[in-house]
Amino acid sequence: MGVGIEVTTLNAWYGSNHTLQDINLHIPANHATALIGPSGCGKSTFVRCLNRMHETNPIARVTGSVRIGDLDIYADAKPVEIRRRVGMVFQRPNPFPTMSIYDNVAAGLKLNGFRNRSALDEIVERSLKNSALWDEVKDDLKKKSGASLSGGQQQRLCIARALAVDPEVLLMDEPASALDPVSTSKIEDLIFQLKSQYTIVIVTHNMQQAARVAEKTGFFLNGRMVEFDSTHKIFTNPSDKRTEDYITGRFG
Amino acid sequence: MRNEHKLRAKIRALTDGTATGLAILSTVLVVAPLVAIFIYLIYRGASSLSLDFFIKIPKPVGESGGGMANAILGSGILLGLGSLIGVPIGIAGGVFLSEYGRGSALANAVRFTADVLNGVPSIVMGIAIYSLIAVPQMHFSAFSGGVALGIMMIPTVCRTTEEMLLMVPNSVREAALALGVPNWLSVLAITVKTASPGIITGCMLAFARVAGETAPLIFTAFGNVGWSARLNEPIAALPLQIYVYAISPYDEWHRLAWAGALVLIVLIVLAVSLVRYVTSRGVMKGAS
Repeated sequence: MGVGIEVTTLNAWYGSNHTLQDINLHIPANHATALIGPSGCGKSTFVRCLNRMHETNPIARVTGSVRIGDLDIYADAKPVEIRRRVGMVFQRPNPFPTMSIYDNVAAGLKLNGFRNRSALDEIVERSLKNSALWDEVKDDLKKKSGASLSGGQQQRLCIARALAVDPEVLLMDEPASALDPVSTSKIEDLIFQLKSQYTIVIVTHNMQQAARVAEKTGFFLNGRMVEFDSTHKIFTNPSDKRTEDYITGRFG
Repeated sequence: MRNEHKLRAKIRALTDGTATGLAILSTVLVVAPLVAIFIYLIYRGASSLSLDFFIKIPKPVGESGGGMANAILGSGILLGLGSLIGVPIGIAGGVFLSEYGRGSALANAVRFTADVLNGVPSIVMGIAIYSLIAVPQMHFSAFSGGVALGIMMIPTVCRTTEEMLLMVPNSVREAALALGVPNWLSVLAITVKTASPGIITGCMLAFARVAGETAPLIFTAFGNVGWSARLNEPIAALPLQIYVYAISPYDEWHRLAWAGALVLIVLIVLAVSLVRYVTSRGVMKGAS
């Protein structure tokens, strides 16, 4: 089951560049939350702060607190523990190119020391079914490389890989922006199904996408969160003038 | 107007043909020397090959027959020892340069050292190992020869490993880290594995290069006309034996030298192919 996320006065820097400023936010459990805003507004940095991937960049820095469930991720735990509980799907599909489809899905568990083979088989099957890829690859699980799949299939493979470690939260950083419309709609259907089991945070450039998949939407601008509300409210009756300008296409 | 179109099409076709022709010509020029050497070696050496060549040791001057079995074994031991030293250190250095030291002063120093080491003439390497190992021990040995070959392998292995690791997209590293895999494990099990075909090519290049080295062995392994597989005694090696036979005044030794050269090349090709075959299993190839 998913858990909620409580963000308090989160600030983040790349070098001297103050990319996130005083973000306060409550992301509800078992819902999809969309983050929208123009390029460079800090939404990708924000999701990377939720699984401590931000700090993998040596010049990056972060302050403030993020609670995922009852865990304060910057005080109570190591990055590797958090990343096992908070899965991430990236903008460009990034399967492990030298691994089979099966090994791609099993990678997170295997590398963390999981050795029970029959249980692994089950988890791989369940994860691929959850990511709606099973029927397309079930005959080639160990025969084909993850890199031999199409772009849309690769992205669903990456989702399966993230689901296999049984996270509580799934972060998606523009998961469909490199995909064709058919693959995009498959990913959106998937988000719809997955949010009953996971808390999903999705960064998107596509406002229709946010409207289609998310109950809550946050609008980011220049490193600040301008407005956070139900998706319906943001898209029909935003309280901030800047949000309205953005969603009506006046800039961005 | 139409004529102009036709003319342009002709010029384009001509340019295309010329470029294709040049590409084919370059390929032939690159491959030709290798093929020529190989054919010439077969022509000069194949007739002297017999079972004796592979199972007997050299006969004293004046007696006919004999083989290079001890030199084949010796080369195997020297190259094995060299690889045991050169491959792990080289790969570890490459991993440091690409995954841990990027941009640091130490990494720049390591990279510079590797490049200089690569440019050190092999005879200098021989003398250096001679004075560092053979002189203190007061005898020549297979061990010192293996060390000399191993050190010569390091820079090639190190720099190709670094280049190949740098070609692994950052997104692959991020994918591993985002799964909660610790960094060291991600480096070993994901990044190095992804780059492994290229890293293996680098190791094979280094291996093939030192397999034919004579100069670093003259003062270290020294050569041996009898059987020896001991690391603390002088040991025979194919390039040394070829050298000794080739500069001798005897016709039969000249023929054996040609045969030795042919065997050396064939063994290198076999070793490289075998390693490629063994290591290619278990690594999937992508569609792209």
